[in-house]
Amino acid sequence: MNGGEISCQQKSKFKTSRRSLIEMIIEKSFFISALAAILAIITITLYILTQGIPAIWKIGLGEFALGQVWKPLENQFGIFPMVIASLLGTFGAVVLGGVVGLFTAVFLAEIAPSWLVAIFRPAIALLAGIPSVVYGFFGLVVLVPIIRNTWGGPGNSLLAVIIILAVMILPTVISISETALRAVPSEYREGSLALGASPLKTIFQVLIPAAHSGILAAIVLGTGRAIGETMAVILVAGNTPLLPDSLLDPVRTLTVNIALEMGYAYGLHREALFATGVILFIFIMVLNIIFNLVVNTKEGRCDK
Amino acid sequence: MSKKRRRVQEKILELLVWLCSFFTLGILVWILLYILMQGIPHISWEFLTTSYRGESKGIFPMVLATIYVILLSLAVAAPIGICAAVYLTEYAQTGRLVQIIRFATESLAGIPSIIYGLFGFVFFVSALKLKFSLLAGSFTLSIMVLPSIIRTTEEALRAVPSTYREGSLALGATKLWTIIRVILPCAIPGVLTGIILSIGRIVGETAVLIFTAGTAIQGLDVALNDSSRTLSVHLYMLAKEGLSLQETFATAAILIIIVAVINFLAGRLAANLQKGTTSL
Repeated sequence: MNGGEISCQQKSKFKTSRRSLIEMIIEKSFFISALAAILAIITITLYILTQGIPAIWKIGLGEFALGQVWKPLENQFGIFPMVIASLLGTFGAVVLGGVVGLFTAVFLAEIAPSWLVAIFRPAIALLAGIPSVVYGFFGLVVLVPIIRNTWGGPGNSLLAVIIILAVMILPTVISISETALRAVPSEYREGSLALGASPLKTIFQVLIPAAHSGILAAIVLGTGRAIGETMAVILVAGNTPLLPDSLLDPVRTLTVNIALEMGYAYGLHREALFATGVILFIFIMVLNIIFNLVVNTKEGRCDK
Repeated sequence: MSKKRRRVQEKILELLVWLCSFFTLGILVWILLYILMQGIPHISWEFLTTSYRGESKGIFPMVLATIYVILLSLAVAAPIGICAAVYLTEYAQTGRLVQIIRFATESLAGIPSIIYGLFGFVFFVSALKLKFSLLAGSFTLSIMVLPSIIRTTEEALRAVPSTYREGSLALGATKLWTIIRVILPCAIPGVLTGIILSIGRIVGETAVLIFTAGTAIQGLDVALNDSSRTLSVHLYMLAKEGLSLQETFATAAILIIIVAVINFLAGRLAANLQKGTTSL
């Protein structure tokens, strides 16, 4: 009887020490998991840089970034037309998608009755969920023929890229701007209305300025999505690595350059594609830093 | 006079706001109707259950590959993401390390998929010698969805009222016990929403998989260590080849249906979640 009690005590003691050991191991694994993101970003950065920078070195930064001829078979690796195509496509998409997105956000946050908002919400979520390759396919079978028949040219064009990308960044721009607009204190709204400003004047001269950092964050995120998009662009861009003369000319963006040729490239050609990735990576990191600055100028973290 | 003009300006502006909103809605309806109407008539039982070989133009192997990639990526990303979120919300003191972790997560979220594809290709396919395989593709995707799983789990954990935490601790439960038995169960709907949305991203991903899992068409048996194409990759290859438009539309329609179902589920969960927290 007595002995049994002791052994029971010992057992429970043993049990608690074992349990605290297990707890410690589990808690450590939480910590290690949290470090996984850091490990991943470091590994990705290192791999992309070490694979790409030697090629930039070999080709010469000037020739690589400013060269206008991309002919891998003749060892000419100039990505300037692709840089310009990426920038133009992104710029056009952000202007178009930014305006439409911001106006839609205004509509949802201030004007639309709640039953209409209830229809728009899931619609925008669905727009965000549609795979990029489906957008590309839709662009290929609908948008490209429309452009070809209306304005001539091959149809696969910078214009097609801009329109498809604008649609694709809409959900990002809308949802973040809407959140920012809704976060404006209602005193602002009431004050402006009480001073005799019309509802629309209130929106455009009080609410949008007050929400500007959130809207800016939305635009920056949208820019990141647009410049990094590949599969939708590849199907509508035409993919010729030349500087476009007009909106109707085919273009090749940085992302498309990688995706098109990675399958069969080797040697310096492959390295040059990684170098293209490095340039893209730099664009994205700059955008990330801008995004962080924009978000952190607001007090604390961006809400949501 | 100027007052009148201003009123006209306002009317135009308001019209523009309405136009833009209905443009957004219209474009979605257009895409959905166009693809579903062209695609659904070509979806048949045979289309869903056969392989893409010879006469048959089925998508069964691609469906299998898609399911494998979803399961495998989540098997890696979900535990790591949830544990990381637990650390960030329950253990981490605000400090330099947490800032770095946040910056790393945000940066990961911003990296375009083509860069993940390049990385997966040099790291998993070449350096780790996984070759073009569903394994290499899934590992790469698991990194890609990690940030969104961390973020949604964090939000779900933060939404658990601190009284739960305090109550459990006051009853003598250890911190870990409190997390596992009290906090995580309360946060399950939020965590699930994050996971469902990640499934959506995995289903739609193409650029990553082309360079990590390849584009091979398998028979009815799909192996994890073999190259294989998912539905999205299949759609891309079909659209690029431009040979069989019917199958292309059917595949696109199936992808849209999957995404719509996923969104519906995530929306329902989120709605339940909101109801849950307001009633508390």
